[in-house]
Amino acid sequence: MTTARAHRDPLPGFGLSLGVTLAWLSLIVLVPLSALALRPWELGVSGVIRALSDARVLAALRLSFGSALLSALANLPLGLLVAWVLVRMRFPGRRLLDAMVDLPFALPTAVAGLALTALFAPNGWLGAPLKEIGVAVAYTPFGVFVAMMFVGLPFAVRTVEPVLRDLGTEAEEAAATLGAGRAQALVRVVLPALAPALLTGFGLAFARAVGEYGSVIFIAGNRPMVSEIAPLLIVQRLEAFDYAGAAAIGLAMLAVSFLALLLLGLVQAWLRPGRRG
Amino acid sequence: MSGTGVEIRDVARRFGPGAAALDGVSLSVRPGEFVALLGPSGSGKTTLLRILGGLDHADAGSVAIGGRDMAGVPARERGIGFVFQSYALFRHMDVFSNVAFGLRVRRRNRPPAAEIAERVRRLLSLVQIPEMERRYPDQLSGGQRQRVALARALAIEPSLLLLDEPFGALDAQVRKDLRLWLRGLQEEVGITTILVTHDQDEAMEVADRVAVMRAGRIAQFGTPDALLENPADAFVAGFLGEANRLLCTVRAGVAHFEGDALPPLPVQAPEGRALAFIRPHELLARAAPDGPFTLRALRPAGPGTRLVVTGPRGSFDAVAAPDAPLPRRGEPCALEAQAARIFPA
Repeated sequence: MTTARAHRDPLPGFGLSLGVTLAWLSLIVLVPLSALALRPWELGVSGVIRALSDARVLAALRLSFGSALLSALANLPLGLLVAWVLVRMRFPGRRLLDAMVDLPFALPTAVAGLALTALFAPNGWLGAPLKEIGVAVAYTPFGVFVAMMFVGLPFAVRTVEPVLRDLGTEAEEAAATLGAGRAQALVRVVLPALAPALLTGFGLAFARAVGEYGSVIFIAGNRPMVSEIAPLLIVQRLEAFDYAGAAAIGLAMLAVSFLALLLLGLVQAWLRPGRRG
Repeated sequence: MSGTGVEIRDVARRFGPGAAALDGVSLSVRPGEFVALLGPSGSGKTTLLRILGGLDHADAGSVAIGGRDMAGVPARERGIGFVFQSYALFRHMDVFSNVAFGLRVRRRNRPPAAEIAERVRRLLSLVQIPEMERRYPDQLSGGQRQRVALARALAIEPSLLLLDEPFGALDAQVRKDLRLWLRGLQEEVGITTILVTHDQDEAMEVADRVAVMRAGRIAQFGTPDALLENPADAFVAGFLGEANRLLCTVRAGVAHFEGDALPPLPVQAPEGRALAFIRPHELLARAAPDGPFTLRALRPAGPGTRLVVTGPRGSFDAVAAPDAPLPRRGEPCALEAQAARIFPA
């Protein structure tokens, strides 16, 4: 009895907390996703392959994941810059800017989509001058990218910000006393310390962009093969009562997203210093 | 490596309105010397150290290191080793990379990799942690991190070493060992060193000379012996070493203590009200049936047992008079001062 107790984990409630976690995760995530994963196979293996190899579906998937990737990449330096300004600089209106960063979280995405469309439409405030120099945003894949950047930015900012705050300026000062220039301190000291947070921010912004529907469909124009995203195609299949076809596209999105997030997690684990070996 | 001298002249620094952080500080440090800046928090000692390191600037005055005026010279061009209070190790780098950092970022005369490796290993054995080179800062104890920070600062072969409360975060025994070791290392390397601390034991033990700072000024600068024997003012006397404080009145070269708690003591001080600082070993206690004090506690400390006595004017640290038997706890006793430092009250 005493020996059994001695071997018990010092943190209490392991069994209970793991049990609740798994049960809840199953109910909320695993069961619906399993339903999604099972549904398409009523078409048969060849049916699923046919549904997915449709040129329009492939174009939509390519657009969804391609722009999500690009928008998350673009949000990385931008989010870092905003976080840097919020953490390191003191200026009037800083709190206002701070609050503004979260707006894409709070706004119904359809509202954001309408606002962006009005702004970037050929007769809009930004769309008109851009049209002058031959750049079309609204109703093009570029518009999809812009909408995805908008919804993803807060993720990039909010994941980097606390880590940057925690980092302080002392490591940079130490680098300076050791003879490093500004750029060297940034590249060798600051960025590596922020890398895990940047990666997390990238992953979240990417995931958000892949799943984004409301804001994108307004600005995209939804031209098949050009500016049509995969989630929209799913909705169209559903409206045509092609539930299995919709589930097939959904399954493809699920698989790619899962692989991408898994890969990010692996890179993250590899980046973590001091916990190797 | 050899040390350079440091000349600080009338340096002032002010952060926003209010009291100045530094208010006209002048200090001259000789090549190879070990100087401690000692003072309570907020006395400006860390600000002075940061100005020397190029991490902050002086609003007025000048700093010359090795005869060269440092105005406008950025930290990265100063070649000064700086050890931060929190060590500021690069957490994503292992010990080896931390120490090698200063050599690897060099644009001119960067040593070849083999030479860097050799120098890093030599430094790690100098700071006595040669086996730690693949560890990360998170995997080290506080004392080991301190040694890494020191090795990293020494890697650039600085002519001046600045240490900001280097032992602040360590426990008592480790800090005692480390400061003796640091002093030995400094003598071995021969580098001019300036250490900031609020711990007077630390300053007195390691430094050749100690600058006591108060409210942005240097209250006194001298060897530990000189500071203890001739403190410039009541602040220095109170800050250095434990001392009993007692109000007194000086009349005709004799100090009469308040309430006649102690027998009068001949002193050399101006007439009038004054504050007397009496160190424990100068205050003798002996058992006396009608004495105004009571022995509260005894602490054996080798030859001189320390006694704590209380009386109507508070509690005093004293030693037993050598020619009398040791009083017992609770016994009434009398006190006698053998010497005192007197400052106008």
